Amino acid sequence: MPLKPVTLRLNGTERAAFAEDGQNLLDFLRRGLGDLSPKYGCGQGTCGACTVTVDGQTQLSCLMLAETAQGRDVRTAAGLGQGAALDPLQEAFMEHFAAQCGYCTPGMLVSARALLDRNPRPSREEVVEAISGNLCRCTGYEPIIAAILAVAEGRIRA
Amino acid sequence: MTTVETYPTLAEAARAMGQGAAFLGGGTVVMREVNAGTAPGRIVRTTDPSLREIRASGDGVTLGAGVTMAQVLASREADFLHPVARQVGGPQVRNMGTVGGNLFAPHPYGDFAVALLALGARVVMAGGGSPRPLEDLLRDRGRAPGLVAAVEVPRPRDARAFGFLKVSRVKPKGVSIMSIAALLPREGGTIRGARIAWGAMGPGPMRGSGAERALEGQRLDAAVIARAAAQAAEGLDPPTDAIASAWYRREVAGVHLKRLLEGML
Ligand SMILES: Cc1cc2nc3c(=O)[nH]c(=O)nc-3n(C[C@H](O)[C@H](O)[C@H](O)COP(=O)(O)OP(=O)(O)OC[C@H]3O[C@@H](n4cnc5c(N)ncnc54)[C@H](O)[C@@H]3O)c2cc1C
Repeated sequence: MPLKPVTLRLNGTERAAFAEDGQNLLDFLRRGLGDLSPKYGCGQGTCGACTVTVDGQTQLSCLMLAETAQGRDVRTAAGLGQGAALDPLQEAFMEHFAAQCGYCTPGMLVSARALLDRNPRPSREEVVEAISGNLCRCTGYEPIIAAILAVAEGRIRA
Repeated sequence: MTTVETYPTLAEAARAMGQGAAFLGGGTVVMREVNAGTAPGRIVRTTDPSLREIRASGDGVTLGAGVTMAQVLASREADFLHPVARQVGGPQVRNMGTVGGNLFAPHPYGDFAVALLALGARVVMAGGGSPRPLEDLLRDRGRAPGLVAAVEVPRPRDARAFGFLKVSRVKPKGVSIMSIAALLPREGGTIRGARIAWGAMGPGPMRGSGAERALEGQRLDAAVIARAAAQAAEGLDPPTDAIASAWYRREVAGVHLKRLLEGML
């Protein structure tokens, strides 16, 4: 199988690996670059567990061809915290019990971070809209919405 | 096994198509098949920047086939299409899914194409030639009609002349039970050139001739809306799927058409 070299910025660091023909970005990040934070849920774009940002926009990494990420800025949930210092969203998710099984959490965090970067004071409706492409089958969404709003309203400190 | 071929221009990509090749737009439909191992052996794509252009043109807007739903939402020239683009998938899908891909997306998808059909959009094909009505392209879409370069969309005369409704169970991002788009240009209050388009009510986006006939030449009022609603599903053969049965779709089509038209009074 022909391999194609792909170089991209992953969470601020330049990284390179070979992508297989037809390999999706999710698989490339996990097997090629060892970032296991984006999850494989459905392989069809329905669940959002594989959500990453590419040049600041949320994308479904399972539906993106790895080679099309060449030269682009990719961010995953693994890049949210700095060492032991968590992103306020991560703190808020813990405080509000916004993760149960945890499988949707990395995708939720990436979608929530993209929202707050663009719109630091979203309404509840805007939060619901922003995570509408991410399925959670444990929490019923309310704790997740509460966690994101807590950060937006400044009730969680960095 | 899938091989991916990337071309710098749409013209070269178009020449490379042919048997056993699929063109990759935003990939939200094609990549599902790649992941499942059911995609054709060759995936053809292009990095042609013209595909991502939005241009105001005379009486409307020209959308490159590679323009995403998110780009439509960020464009002032395409403001009359915002209520439609907003209804396609969730945020990630809108950041990826393109106008061109929506024209070929299988049932129950194609909400954006439904609106373009009602608006009387014309399609510019790769390789030039005069633009063809979207209706013709949709009729041929099962038979590899070639690559789309752009879509020319006439702007509705005023905000009231165009309406769009997507009916889904899950909000805000469920797929369509049906979607309906209505263009009702009025001259001195009389409807001239009514176009009603339906999504998820047939194999692809379709015109609804029953409702169009009930509306044409009339003044929009409760009685005319009731007549259009009564003939809503005429000529349509909706499918049964996991979201709704054909019977249900036919049964509620008039209810939803009525709601849409009442908003356009
Ligand atoms: C979770 C999820 C939710 C979705 N929800 C919706 C929804 O609510 N409404 C809706 O309408 N759709 C929905 N979709 C379907 C899809 O995302 C959209 O229809 C989108 O616009 C398809 O565009 P694409 O560029 O991703 O298509 P692609 O996957 O790239 O292509 C789709 C088809 O179009 C062909 N094609 C693409 N570009 C061209 C071109 N320029 N010329 C000729 N052929 C071309 C491809 O060969 C392929 O056959 C959803 C998809 C997912 C995964």
